[in-house]
Formats: sequence, C-alpha cells, structure tokens
Amino acid sequence: MSNESKVKIALSVNGEPAEVAFAPHKTLLEVLREDLGLTGTKHGCELGECGTCTVLLDGTAVLSCLVLGVACEGRAVRTVEGMAQNGQLHPLQETFADLGAAQCGYCTPAFLLVAEALLAANPHPTRDEIKHALAGNLCRCTGYIKIYEAVELAAARMRGEVAQPTRESLYGR
Amino acid sequence: MADKRRIIGTALRKVDAVAKVTGGTRFADDLSFPRMLYCKLLRSTQPHAKIVSVDTTAARQLDGVHAVLTGQDLPIPFGILPVSQDEHALCLDKVRFIGDPVAAVAATSEETATAALDRIKVAYEPLQAFDSAEAAVAHPEPRIHDYGDSGNLHKLINLEFGDADAGIAEADLVREDLFFFEGNTHLPMEQHAAVAMWSPDGKLTLWTSTQTPHYVHRALAKVLELPAARVRVIATPNGGGFGGKSDPFSHELVVAKLAMVTGRPVKITLTREEVFYCHRGRHPTLMWVRTGVKQNGAITGMHFRSLLDGGAYGSYGVASTYYTGALQTVTYNVPRYHFQGARAFTNKAPCGPKRGHGTPQPRFALEVHLDKIAEQLEIDPAELRLRTLVPAHSLTANYLRVGSMGLGECIAKVVEGSGWKRKFRKLPHGRGVGLACSSYISGAGLPIYWNNMPHSGVQLRCDRGGGVTVFCGSTEIGQGSDSILAYIVAEILGIDPFDIAVVTADTDLTPVDLGSYSSRVTLMSGNAALQAAERARQILAVHAAKRLEVPAARLSFAAGRVFDRKDHKRGMSFAEAVQLAEAAEGTVGTVGSYTPPQGAGKYRGAGVGPSPAYSYSACVAEVEVDPETGIVRVPTIWIAHDVGQSINTAAVIGQVEGSIYMGLGEALMEEMAYRGNRKVVHKIPSLLEYKSPTTLEMCDVVTYLIEDPDPNGPFGAKEVGQGPLLPVMPAVANAVYDAVGVRIDEVPITPEKVLKAIRRKEKGEVGRFGPDAFPEIPWPEPTQIPTPWEGGDGKAVTGAPIPLERPH
Repeated sequence: MSNESKVKIALSVNGEPAEVAFAPHKTLLEVLREDLGLTGTKHGCELGECGTCTVLLDGTAVLSCLVLGVACEGRAVRTVEGMAQNGQLHPLQETFADLGAAQCGYCTPAFLLVAEALLAANPHPTRDEIKHALAGNLCRCTGYIKIYEAVELAAARMRGEVAQPTRESLYGR
Repeated sequence: MADKRRIIGTALRKVDAVAKVTGGTRFADDLSFPRMLYCKLLRSTQPHAKIVSVDTTAARQLDGVHAVLTGQDLPIPFGILPVSQDEHALCLDKVRFIGDPVAAVAATSEETATAALDRIKVAYEPLQAFDSAEAAVAHPEPRIHDYGDSGNLHKLINLEFGDADAGIAEADLVREDLFFFEGNTHLPMEQHAAVAMWSPDGKLTLWTSTQTPHYVHRALAKVLELPAARVRVIATPNGGGFGGKSDPFSHELVVAKLAMVTGRPVKITLTREEVFYCHRGRHPTLMWVRTGVKQNGAITGMHFRSLLDGGAYGSYGVASTYYTGALQTVTYNVPRYHFQGARAFTNKAPCGPKRGHGTPQPRFALEVHLDKIAEQLEIDPAELRLRTLVPAHSLTANYLRVGSMGLGECIAKVVEGSGWKRKFRKLPHGRGVGLACSSYISGAGLPIYWNNMPHSGVQLRCDRGGGVTVFCGSTEIGQGSDSILAYIVAEILGIDPFDIAVVTADTDLTPVDLGSYSSRVTLMSGNAALQAAERARQILAVHAAKRLEVPAARLSFAAGRVFDRKDHKRGMSFAEAVQLAEAAEGTVGTVGSYTPPQGAGKYRGAGVGPSPAYSYSACVAEVEVDPETGIVRVPTIWIAHDVGQSINTAAVIGQVEGSIYMGLGEALMEEMAYRGNRKVVHKIPSLLEYKSPTTLEMCDVVTYLIEDPDPNGPFGAKEVGQGPLLPVMPAVANAVYDAVGVRIDEVPITPEKVLKAIRRKEKGEVGRFGPDAFPEIPWPEPTQIPTPWEGGDGKAVTGAPIPLERPH
C-alpha cells in the first residue's frame, strides 16, 4: 500500500549516478517512469509478455516490468533517453527514423535497446539473427520489416561502412 | 503554377520521427500533474444480469479514496452512432458482458483505488446469457437491449439491387458456400489511457488516447451536460489504434466526472486485460454466398448473407453490418446483387471497427468463393478476376462511384513477381500459392452525424520568420497523419516540411477533422491542407509578384524561395514573401476544408460504402503446410497496392507491410476466444495467450506500389492503411488448398482445423473445415433498388423512403 516506507537505492542511469527512493514493491519499470521521470520506457502488458518495457541492465536487455527496483542497487540502467548523445541521435535512432521503423512509436524504445544490445554482442548480424534477437518484442504497426532494415543499416554504419537504405525499402518495386 | 514536385512521392522522415525514437513522444499515460488522482473501474463479473444493488460505503471509508461513482452519477446514455446511444459510462440497471464497468474509484494511488474496488459490493440477479449470434437468433428473450429490429437482433438489412435470383438463373454455374470469420482484436501496444482536469471556471480538459477526439468531445458534452465550448479534448499520439480507440469510452467519461467531483486531475490507464474488454474489434461473422457465373467467368448475379455477432453494445455495429455487404461490387462486375445482413447482440465484449471495418469478413468469403468457382470453371483464378474487373470511373449495382481503378495492374504485378504461373497447382504437396484481391474506401462519403459541414478543416498561419503552422483536428495514430499535413503544405509553399509546425487533435485549437478512421485522413485532411496552402500561396504570390515585377502566375515556390520561373535569380526568400504580404494585408492566415462528393445512392443504407476513392490490392501468398501437424507457415507474400499517388512512399510501404502483418495474424492465429460452459468468459485477455505474429512468424513481403492518381485525392492519393490487410486471409486460405487440397472456410486457419480437414479428406469425406448452416433469420421485406443499367436513379422503389435533403 501507499503508506509503506520507501527504500532508497543508488544506481547508474544512462551513465550518470542517481539516487532514488520508492516503495519496495515497485518494479524497475515503475521506478523509471514514476520516480525518475523517464517515461520513454513503456508498458504493454504488465506480465513480461510483450517486450515493450525492455531496458538494458548492465548491458543486457531485461523486461523492466519483471525486475524489482530494489534489485538494481549499484547497477547500470540504460533507457532510450540515454541513446542520443550531445544532441546527436544514435545510429539506430537515425535509421529507425529514416526508414519508418517507428510508426506509432510505442514499442520503439524497446526495439532500439534490444537492437543496441544485439549489435554490441554481434556487430554483423544476419537477418535471421536479428529476427531471433527481436522475437521477444511485439510491434503491431510495422510488420517488423522496416525494423530489420533499420538494424541492418545501422549495423553497417556502426562498422564504419558507408551504407544507404535500399531503393526497395523506401520506394517499393 | 505547376512546379516540379519535390516532396510528394519521396521518402522523407516523418515530422515526429525523432520524438518517437528518443522517447520524447508523450502518450496519454506519460502525462502527470500535481495532486493527480488515479481511477480504477469495477467491472462486471456476470455476463448478463440485473444490478440489484451497489454498496460503496466501505470503499468510500478507505483512506486515500476521494470519490466513488456508480451508474446513477452518469445516467445519460451515449454511443458512437446516433442510432445506438445504448451505453452508460457505468452500468445503470443491468450488465451485459463480463467486463462491463459498474463503479469507479478515484484515489491517491492505483493501489488504493484497487483496494477500494474490493470493498464495493454488487448484488446481481443473473439473466440468461448468449454466447453466439446463433444463440441470439434462437432466443429473442430475454432481450439484451430494449431496442433493435427484432428480439436480440440489433439490425436487419435486406437490399436488392436488381433481381439477383433472375441473374443467377441465367448462369452456367451456380455455387453456394458458407464461411465463418472469427472475431479478433486490435491489440494496440498502448493500453488506453486518459487524464481529465477540471478548472473551477467550469472548463474541462481531457487528454486521451483516442482516434476520434471530435466524437469524444460530443460524448463528454452530452453525458456531463456541459456546453461543448467548455470542453476541450486533446488526443494524445496513439500508441496504435487500428480502430480500437474510435469509440467514446466509459473510462473517458468517468475520469472527466471524477475530475469535476474532486476538483483534481484524474488519470486512468487501462490494464491489458481491460483493453480486451473495451475491444470493439472484428465481428465474428457467419456468411453465406450464392453466385451465378457464365462459362467465361462473368458474374450474372450474387446473393450474400451475413450474420454478425455484435457483442453487448451497438458501437459502430450498424455501419459494420452494412459494410459486410457494401464493397463486394467495387472489385468485380456484379450486375445484380442481393444483400441481407443481420447483427445480433450477445453477452460478450462489444465488437466494432477493426482495420478494414466489416469488409475483411466478406472479402475472405468472396475471394475463397471465387477461387472455388475458378477451379470449377477451369480458369486460372488470376485470369477469372481480370475478366470481371469493374471498369474505372463507373457506377456499381449498389450505386458506388468507382474512380481510378488499378486492380488489373495490381494482379499483373503479383502474378509476375510471385512466379504464379509456374507455381499454381504445380508445387509439390505441402506447398502452395493462393491469390486474392481487395478494395477499400478512402474515407466514408457521409459523416456519422449527418450534416452539411466539412469532414476536415485546416487553418494555416505563415510566420514572418518563414515558419508555417498547420492546425488540423486530425489524429496521429502512427499512420503519419501529422507528416502528411506538413508534406502537402511544404510542397505547395516550396518550403522544408521540417519548418512547419503541426498542431493537431485539440478541440480548442484545431478545426474539426472527424477522426482517424475509415482511411479518411490523407484524402480528407490532405485536401483541406492543399486548399489552405494554395490560398496562402496566392496571397504571398500577389505581393511577391508586385515587388519582383513579374506576373504572379510566373512565380515558383521552391527550396524556401519565391522566384521567377524564367529567371531564377529574380526572387526572394519565403520569409520575405510572408513579410511583404503581412505588411500589406496583416497576419497571413488561411483556411481549407474538405467535404466529400455526394453519393449516388438515395436508398436507406446508401450512406455506407460511398467514398471519394477506392484503393485496390492484389496479393499472392505462398505457404508451407505440414500435413502431419497442420501447421501453416507463410514464407512470402507479394502484394501490389493501388494507392493512387504516394505522398510518402516509405510511409505507404510501412502501411502495406503492417497490414500484411496484421492480416497474417488474422489468417493464422488471432481470435477473441471465450471459454467456460457458458462461453462468455474471455479465454485469453493477455498478450501472451492472445497469439499474434512475432518476428519468427512474420513473412517476407514484396511490395509493389501502383500509382494511378485519383481525381478526388490530394495529388491523386488514395488510402493505404487498411486495404492491403484484406486479401491476406483469403490468399492464405487459397494457398492452403493449393498446398494440401483442403478448404479451410474459416479464419483463423489453425493447425487443428487444417488437420481435421486433412483427416476428413483421408477418410473420403469432403476435405473441408467450416460452418455448415446459416440460421433462419426473420428478414424484413427487401428494399428494391433498380440498378443503373435498369434505368435506376439510386432510389428505392419499395421499402421506407429516406429524406433526400440531408438534415442541417
């Protein structure tokens, strides 16, 4: 209930140290949205089914609706708000924006972070590897295809290649 | 004045793309205000029952509870359609489905509000509940509602366009089929949410994830008995809609009332389970069709019946029912057509408009039916369709005015691209291809509330700094409607679309746009924006021409400049042109608006189906069916879509791919299933168990855009958000037949159904899974409307007349 006493933890949020106090039953999702004001992380199902609340915890994609806030003491959380640096979009954000990989945008923060974790582990993923990495995230708008293309394009650019979207993905056949 | 197009037909970023990839977009649940209270709804545990009493005493006594509401607090009914004002914000005297809201609490936290719900005691007197349309047909009593055409039948339709029976009698082949389309739901990733704020000066503001702020505005004013001028509705960007956020909802009215009662901001965010109860998704629909065809494939007549399971409330259901019979005629030439449609009330979550609204079900039936006819006639299914295409710029038997019509080209593209001719009936057992086509409206010809006002309005303001602000009531649900406004205005004024501020979906600030439904926004708000921008260009051109000493007609607007087309150096910046105009005339602002052309039909029911333009799609699906398990995999779908003219090609392709995705889910797995001995308890109100395609199920999509500009669309644009979904289900069903020789006349095409049909075939029975009977319905006398080629003028010769003048 709301009158239970708060716990306080220290953690790293998007590379910066933070302290936050919250009711101990709260999930990381709730702590991020309600106590840290980081509403870029979304909720979709409350049950760990849709992947919409994904954040990176010490570099690993986790479902923040299934992680208790108290379990994050001393750990590093990365949310979508931390992806753009110094006013510059992350390469994945650039390609998601350019290819239309975000339609309604509600699932987008989660897809971006899962893709970021994938590319950190595997800079040269195949289409199948991308599909498997993203299989825990639902998107009802895009049919995923623009998301695959955006991940592939960003991966190429992050490897230092000069890459452009394919004609088919922007203009059809 | 025609400059080379620089923006229309390209693939720019959407204007809100950066906000969406940075977490900057503020959805309704992201809003928070000081002293905000949280609302929770108590929902019915009974499918059909009288409410004997609601005791809220203990809930009110809980610390942190600020208000408790029951039905008596909001007694005025509402509903999206004027003819179905059958909902109450909180049930008054009876509940009609499990999940119907009965009481509401506002408290300092969601936990406290939930605890308070547990303290509300509701006494019910159960009534017999009905779990299917057939059950509702069989039991006129007890009535779920005290209105409707007959017993528990909400709506009955009987329309005859020419003598279909006589037409069918002239045929070489007459075929009858039965189909069933199971209900399914939108499943937007964002749960509905709303925040209400009441100001002591008597103004109410509601932020809500709605596709239709204009209709929420109307419902709030009505139910809360407030002057509409004191009600402000702001539609937040929708985290997916697909039709599921198109009704005014109970929770919107409840938080508004709670804000008025408590004087504090009140927020509600539905749980995922509650989103399943809001529903308004695809109607489960049973269909019967009989068609007569000549040996060459020409259709001589068609008789189509549909029975829709509407669930507990009216919602858009009357329109949905008409839609199950409206668009059969806009793809293939049907010279005589008889449509009978019925919608039943049942004790399940209410159905309404989901992407394709009432047309995917009959499209599934029609396209599988044609596949069977083609086989019997020994004509290739693609060829059969090409032989019977409705001509461009023609009138159908039911008085729909077809404009541009690119279906033939769509069919040619997917036939070639998919390798149809070397695959159809030639792939090894277990693999197959299927073809289907479709069409959809680019907005409805008539508004929900009949009046003569525009369907979409735009105001445009030019700033002396060179920026432009576009105000429009249209609602961004991810389809890109904000961007469409910017692209169109930027094209006409020759400026960068990212120099345009777009203000949308705010009833205090923006002219009315009826909402993001029926694929109307690009065509209607686009035309309104086009008109406003052209008017602004004229104003600017007059003053720029004077300064440059060239005729206004010779001016080009491009690349942020206004210049002489014959001498590009002779020009000025767009901002200077605005400054000249502002100095001469004052603030530079214009308006634009759009009203669709009047429909040709004048019979009762003619309001559903007419559209300024119809999109067309053709689709080939390739499938792999495992005969041992019945599992259907779809590796690739080829789709060609006649969009008239792309405003943004990448956005168009995104809509096509998203439609294929959603159609694939409907084809293979998605269903609103109910369980228990009464079959009225939702079986799967969660995202895990309501199966929808992940990346691992999604097929490859090969998209062809056909651009056959329509005279009614802005730059020729037609819809794309819904039409490409429609052919997926029948294409998959037809491909399953090609693969393993069994007919699955019912969606979703689950492994169980495929396996049952295969087993039946192995036993020498008919290799089919699907419905086997259509119940007796007390149809009214048919309304007879002679077809255009019988000298008809769109009026009925029998049946109730309708007023020829639209009411003001």
